[in-house]
Amino acid sequence: MALVDIRDLTITFGQHEAVSGLSLRIERGERFGIIGESGSGKSLTALAIAGLLPESAAVSGQVLFEGTVLPDDERDMTRLRGRHIGMVFQEPMTALNPLMTIGEQIEEAIRLSETSEIVPLAVSALLDEVGLAPGLAARYPHQLSGGQRQRAMIAMALASKPELMIADEPTSALDVITQRTVLDLISTICRRRHMTLIFISHDIRAVAALCTRIGVMRAGELVEQGVTGDVLRAPVADYTRELVAASRMERRLRSSASLNDDRAALLRVEGVGRIYRQSGIWPGCGAPVRAVDQVELTIGTGECVALVGPSGCGKTTLARIIVGLDKASDGRMVFDGTAYDGSNLPPLLRANMSLVFQDPFSSFDPRMTIAQSLGEPLHLLGRISGEEREARLREAIEAVGLKAAMLARYPHEFSGGQRQRLAIARALVTRPRLVVLDEPVSALDVSVRGDILALLARLQAEHGLTYLIISHDLDMVAAMADRVLVMEKGRIVEEGTPETLFAHPEHPLTKALMAARLPEVA
Amino acid sequence: MMRKLARQHPSLAIGLLAAGIFALLGLVSLWWTPYPIDQIAISRRFLGPGWAHWLGTDHLGRDMLSLVMSGMLTSFVVASLGVLIGVGIGVPLGLAAVAWGGAVEWLVLRFSDLTFAFPAVIVAILIATLAGPGATNATIAIGIFNIPVFARVARGGALAIATQDYVAAARLAGLGRATIAARHLLPNIMSLLIVQGTIQLSLGILAEAGLSYIGLGTQPPATSLGLMLRDAQSLFLIHPSLSLIPGLTIVLVVIALNIAGDGLRDAMDPRLRHQGLSHGAG
Repeated sequence: MALVDIRDLTITFGQHEAVSGLSLRIERGERFGIIGESGSGKSLTALAIAGLLPESAAVSGQVLFEGTVLPDDERDMTRLRGRHIGMVFQEPMTALNPLMTIGEQIEEAIRLSETSEIVPLAVSALLDEVGLAPGLAARYPHQLSGGQRQRAMIAMALASKPELMIADEPTSALDVITQRTVLDLISTICRRRHMTLIFISHDIRAVAALCTRIGVMRAGELVEQGVTGDVLRAPVADYTRELVAASRMERRLRSSASLNDDRAALLRVEGVGRIYRQSGIWPGCGAPVRAVDQVELTIGTGECVALVGPSGCGKTTLARIIVGLDKASDGRMVFDGTAYDGSNLPPLLRANMSLVFQDPFSSFDPRMTIAQSLGEPLHLLGRISGEEREARLREAIEAVGLKAAMLARYPHEFSGGQRQRLAIARALVTRPRLVVLDEPVSALDVSVRGDILALLARLQAEHGLTYLIISHDLDMVAAMADRVLVMEKGRIVEEGTPETLFAHPEHPLTKALMAARLPEVA
Repeated sequence: MMRKLARQHPSLAIGLLAAGIFALLGLVSLWWTPYPIDQIAISRRFLGPGWAHWLGTDHLGRDMLSLVMSGMLTSFVVASLGVLIGVGIGVPLGLAAVAWGGAVEWLVLRFSDLTFAFPAVIVAILIATLAGPGATNATIAIGIFNIPVFARVARGGALAIATQDYVAAARLAGLGRATIAARHLLPNIMSLLIVQGTIQLSLGILAEAGLSYIGLGTQPPATSLGLMLRDAQSLFLIHPSLSLIPGLTIVLVVIALNIAGDGLRDAMDPRLRHQGLSHGAG
């Protein structure tokens, strides 16, 4: 008898069918992965198993748990959830109650599960199992790091000794190193407790590393399912084939001409630092935080330099200083022969430099048309005629593979990948020489990441652009960059070409980053 | 379109309709009232509701319906001007606080704290002492009270917008702080401001009635709903309808505006549904 048996499940919101005719059996002890891009209905399927669908959803079909249909009554359902199903959510900061300590929340979960246990003992056992020090029980969620919060969430999910754990994108809010440790933790716990796992992710490599069987979802339908190795080695559905192909990043070929060493330096960063003073009641209390500390780097014309490091290492702050959104506390930068310290960048130099943001959804004003947003940086060039403006916009939007007719539309009409194309178009509209890309693909679905990277590579070749890529994704960096800088706690700790750096990492952080890489699929 | 609105947001439709009718009644009184409001005829005083005088007459024989219509106009004009003053000064202050930050923000916040500390009544007493009571001074008092409310709302909304990447993109594009505030911040907090405006309008009507009632607002021979209440208070036990009519009118207008404000909030921004936006009037 299967632990979870879904028969012809259809979930509709008004006219829109979010999940259609889904049938799925998950056996006891299995680790089942559901892959699909955002909006494919994978999270809704998981919520249906836990009986947590929003009231506005119309459901048909059956979900059986241990051979019985999920109860309609909310009280019975709550009891079932409390005793047999544990859930781990994507964003642990919002899933934990900010006003209760971690210990209290785990205690509450144990009490609600009504397992007869001595609560304080159970709490410390659970903390130990997820690898948290006992002292952390007294802390509040905001006092923990992202990885520790996710561990606490897992401890809460384990409190009732559930048969089934549902993990919905548990690692996508974490950086690579933490992601790997959390995935390993989930895997160990499932093995030790013989627990069934449903793991939802858009990251095919995370699923491959963790799951014994996988199902691939697209637009509400299950297009393929089977044993992990078989599905990834010999995918049957076209869509699975695309996903597997997209997860492999080919190193792009650079002509040797663009890689000679004696090119002129476009940007020199000389001893730049940024100090944030913590404001207290008394002046002088609270040690200043050095977000960026004595950074020296040089970027040559036509080069593609990547800056990698864990979250909070100061890489985004450095990028903001370079493009002039923030001011360096000490040191200076020299761009094309002109020295500046951040916000005092003259307009014409500003036009030679642009930034592409991480989140394509917040980088456009929802109340402005694409043409208005794209045209904004043209202010930097002084007065230009209406025709020139028109021509520039057309050129920029066509360069990123979209149509000029789309200029009259509003941002909400575009998908994430299209918006990131538009963000790149905006960065190109002033014909800059240096483009700083802050995690350009990390907010996008895996299937469109490859397209965006190919677009960036093509634009670099066509326009002779220089790139500074900020990222924590080593595979993307290995595919794109000519040179890699590793940053830790505001300092650059290692530097080299991707080939040598990744083959022989010297610094402990680089080694840790390398070790956290998930294995290639198939 | 009206039918669609009524189906999707019934409270908005009802509130807007009721408030619109009241405002229209007031507006009509500019050109026409059943009887001139300054026509005193002691012989016809204390008439009950009837065909000649739908709502009866007051202690000076004036037609109550005409007085209510004219008083409604005063209420709406004073409250709307108060909102205009609040928006005109408060919103730029709030936006400036976000756009410039630092010392400007500190100054704006302390200034709004200071103004918050003085209820409209105190400001009105102050102005009445300096310049004498009157509708203009009541308007100014209500306007001054509205300034910090709008400054706070504009700042709160704009703070959330200012962290968005498109604001950083605009800074990269070399736009000045004032341009960013006008191009990006203001349009995106418009719905917040409109909703707050409706709520402040109803609070303004209440405040105007209160000020007139204690004699600091509208002065005779002009009339307002608060002034009618004041005139009728000594006669309440003998002729309760003289107090009830203006009192109920105030209650109905305020309820209509509040329903419309809540409906607007739901219609424009469903995320705000559970957040209270009201601020008590002095």
